Amino acid sequence: MAVSSVATNTKAQLLSFSERRPRWGIALLLVTLLVIVPYFGSEYWLDAIIVPLLILSLAGLGLNLLTGYTGQTSLGSGGFMAVGAFSTFLFGIHAPFIPLPLALVGAGLIAAVVGLLFGLPSSRIKGFYLMVTSLAAQFFLEWVFLNFPWFYNYSSSGTVSLPHLALFSLDIGSTAGRYYLTVTIVIVLTWVAKNLLQSHVGRSWMAIRDMDTAAAVIGIPVHRYKNLAFAISSFYLGIAGALWAFAYLGSAGIQSFGINRSFQILFIIIIGGMGSIEGNFIGAAFISLLPLALDYVVQSVFAGHVDAGLLQNVQKAIFGFLIIWFLIKEPDGIARLIRNAKERIAVWPLRF
Amino acid sequence: MSTFIETFVGGLLAGTMYSLVAIGFVLIYKASGVFNFAQGSILLFAALTFVTLKEAGIPFAAALVMTILILIAGSVAIERLILRPLANRSPMTLFMATLGLSYIVEGGAQGLMGAQVHQLDLGIDDVPLFIGDVLISQFDLVAAVTAVVLVGILALFFNKTRIGISLRAIADDTRAALSIGINQNRILQIVWSVAGIVGLVAGMLWGARQGVQFSLSLVVLKALPVLIIGGFTSIGGAIAGGLIVGAAENLAETYIGPLIGGGTTSWFAYFLALVFLYIRPAGLFGERVIERV
Amino acid sequence: MNAPITGGGEPLLDVRNISLSFKGVSAIADLSFSVRRGEICALIGPNGAGKSSLLNILNGVYLPDAGEVVFDGEHFRHIKPIQVARRGIARTFQNNALFKKMTVKENILTGLARHSAVTFVEQALRLPRARREEAAFSDRAESILEFLELQAYRDLAVGTLAYGIQKRVELGRALVSAPQLLLLDEPLAGMNAEEKEEISDFVVDLNRHLDVTVVLIEHDIGIVMNMSHHVVVLDYGRKIGDGTPAEIQANPEVISAYLGTVH
Repeated sequence: MAVSSVATNTKAQLLSFSERRPRWGIALLLVTLLVIVPYFGSEYWLDAIIVPLLILSLAGLGLNLLTGYTGQTSLGSGGFMAVGAFSTFLFGIHAPFIPLPLALVGAGLIAAVVGLLFGLPSSRIKGFYLMVTSLAAQFFLEWVFLNFPWFYNYSSSGTVSLPHLALFSLDIGSTAGRYYLTVTIVIVLTWVAKNLLQSHVGRSWMAIRDMDTAAAVIGIPVHRYKNLAFAISSFYLGIAGALWAFAYLGSAGIQSFGINRSFQILFIIIIGGMGSIEGNFIGAAFISLLPLALDYVVQSVFAGHVDAGLLQNVQKAIFGFLIIWFLIKEPDGIARLIRNAKERIAVWPLRF
Repeated sequence: MSTFIETFVGGLLAGTMYSLVAIGFVLIYKASGVFNFAQGSILLFAALTFVTLKEAGIPFAAALVMTILILIAGSVAIERLILRPLANRSPMTLFMATLGLSYIVEGGAQGLMGAQVHQLDLGIDDVPLFIGDVLISQFDLVAAVTAVVLVGILALFFNKTRIGISLRAIADDTRAALSIGINQNRILQIVWSVAGIVGLVAGMLWGARQGVQFSLSLVVLKALPVLIIGGFTSIGGAIAGGLIVGAAENLAETYIGPLIGGGTTSWFAYFLALVFLYIRPAGLFGERVIERV
Repeated sequence: MNAPITGGGEPLLDVRNISLSFKGVSAIADLSFSVRRGEICALIGPNGAGKSSLLNILNGVYLPDAGEVVFDGEHFRHIKPIQVARRGIARTFQNNALFKKMTVKENILTGLARHSAVTFVEQALRLPRARREEAAFSDRAESILEFLELQAYRDLAVGTLAYGIQKRVELGRALVSAPQLLLLDEPLAGMNAEEKEEISDFVVDLNRHLDVTVVLIEHDIGIVMNMSHHVVVLDYGRKIGDGTPAEIQANPEVISAYLGTVH
């Protein structure tokens, strides 16, 4: 039975043509990230906006692998980020001879193991119950990193920081250094995620998300892939946590990785798009830039007569409203909205 | 030995407060299958509204009635604007919507009524009572009695009134209930209002104990383990779960706490819940869900 | 359109004295029959006769109370779905257990997931072995897409497609792993006459050209009689007929079982 509509055929052709364009798009993106941004960006923008945005995107990507692609909702993101941050710190204190990249990978692996431990019971439980497990992980980890001073080397403030960021004796504590560290890691890990998602690993994850009983019946080892998702997701979150503490904040305590951080990451992937890679960046941009935009609008309209607390609460309410709006209108987030727009533009000449 | 009994009883009584909060969740879960993350925020909102009205000089009873009316209006709005558009979506989606709702309610509540702590005086003194050898707090006792009375009223409501029976019908088999003409939208509005009122009572009690402030909304995070242990679908379970968590938490803090530096209350309940998840995922009184291919 | 049976005709699947009951209600009672390699065998019978339950047993989703199944010489009674899949038995479902958000090609590729010999690390780093396997899988999926004439739908999300197309995708997912035995659970349900002919053509095709033995459950007696080599009739969990379509059509017990029910 042949497909009758000419429009559909041509649309398919047009879309595959536009698929070739990503090659150029990616090259352009890389040049932008690696050359243009650091050259033109002011220190303020890099330090306070772009670096945290990239790190949050990475965290979002990590959570997305578990929640958006494998369908396992987790509220423990903050906790796993903390594991990464504190592990990196401890490597720096107790094994300073380990170069930073290796320490980061090590911290990621530790976070992966912790994530795996909390994810193991997930083979038997689903939905809300899984959420409880992740909340348990979150609270437990918060308690651990507060109550056991060994983790922050007995400092009185309870915070951790690396004495200086150094890459093989090259000091990268400067704005540019931290930016390049962050952006390189984000680019590499995004590439890895893309590879995983376009392989049988990603397809198995999505099968588990869409209908895990069917996945089991066609021979996919569901437990194994779920565990893998927990581990890899936590790996990403751990590294994001380490970057958050040391490439962005400079020093951090467990407060930076509390339950609100977990919610924030979840919001990033809901708004940006669960089950997409670009969605994480869009969501992180949204979450990072919205407060600024709001600030700007309010200040210019009310000329600075607005209480900071009130502003925060208004922001909160607006976020909540946006979450609901997205869930109703476009559950696949802004990424889907953009994709739909692209498709409509591609087909537009043929709509008549 | 009396320390043990004291800790245990004290925990039980404290646990009734958890039960009160958990009951609000059970109501909504039974009616619409959604875990209402916003219950805590609604609790905060209700308590804040009440306190603000009282502080503005409005007498107790009138403030109570006004708050209840506002809650009902809110429930109608929630049903119309959030629940209806998301009617056939997955429970996860609905949960995330309640997450968003909690942000709206919190932001709105504190934006409108301020973030400072409000003292709430319900006229119950927190004096220690002695029953035999055991020391218990009068306030806790009153809270427990309130919970019992509330549960009694709810039981009557669900078993004797038409609305209550309709709710149980919807919870049991939504399609069948709809096909005999039960108005699901109305039922949802009613249930959310009732849950809101339960939240108000819980909020008032909690608020009287620790002041009405933002941290009140965090009780929701305590409710989850209670619901895991007791089951999401039974009020009896919510009570049992609350009592178990309350007692266990208190005992843990007293006996295990000193061994590991204290602060066990932030996570012990969750660990207990995890243990239950392994042994009995549906909770003590919950229903088991069977999946069909 | 009775196709000649390929292969030597030895039994590929042997169901022996299978019994199953749910909470005291018997679903299947002492059922035995054989399916020869290369044939299309249809299980028919009134609703509730136990056909789906039998398929679920063959699939490892239900455990029989008694009896055993012999597949390709191996005996199994308590077996998990994933082991069943590994032995070369694939199945489709009544309700189209497809992965709604994934594309047609991705859905078909999931049928190959368990065949992957590449670790996730190799996939993560796109090492040559991973790329080669991906290419091989992709080619295999493409050939199935071609066989089932689904190329035009390749990149569309399955959830948005017509029911008949979805059925074909499910067929593709089951076929891509080159199973020896294909279990089809009411493959023609919910379709119009044209779609039914299409699917049954494809089933006959795959049986003939891809050497797949087929066991199917179906209610449309007309089509079933036309396409099958072997028919087994169940009624209240018991076998009341076992033979070629012609034999079954002449069987008085079968006729009376059907006259009593409305379709």
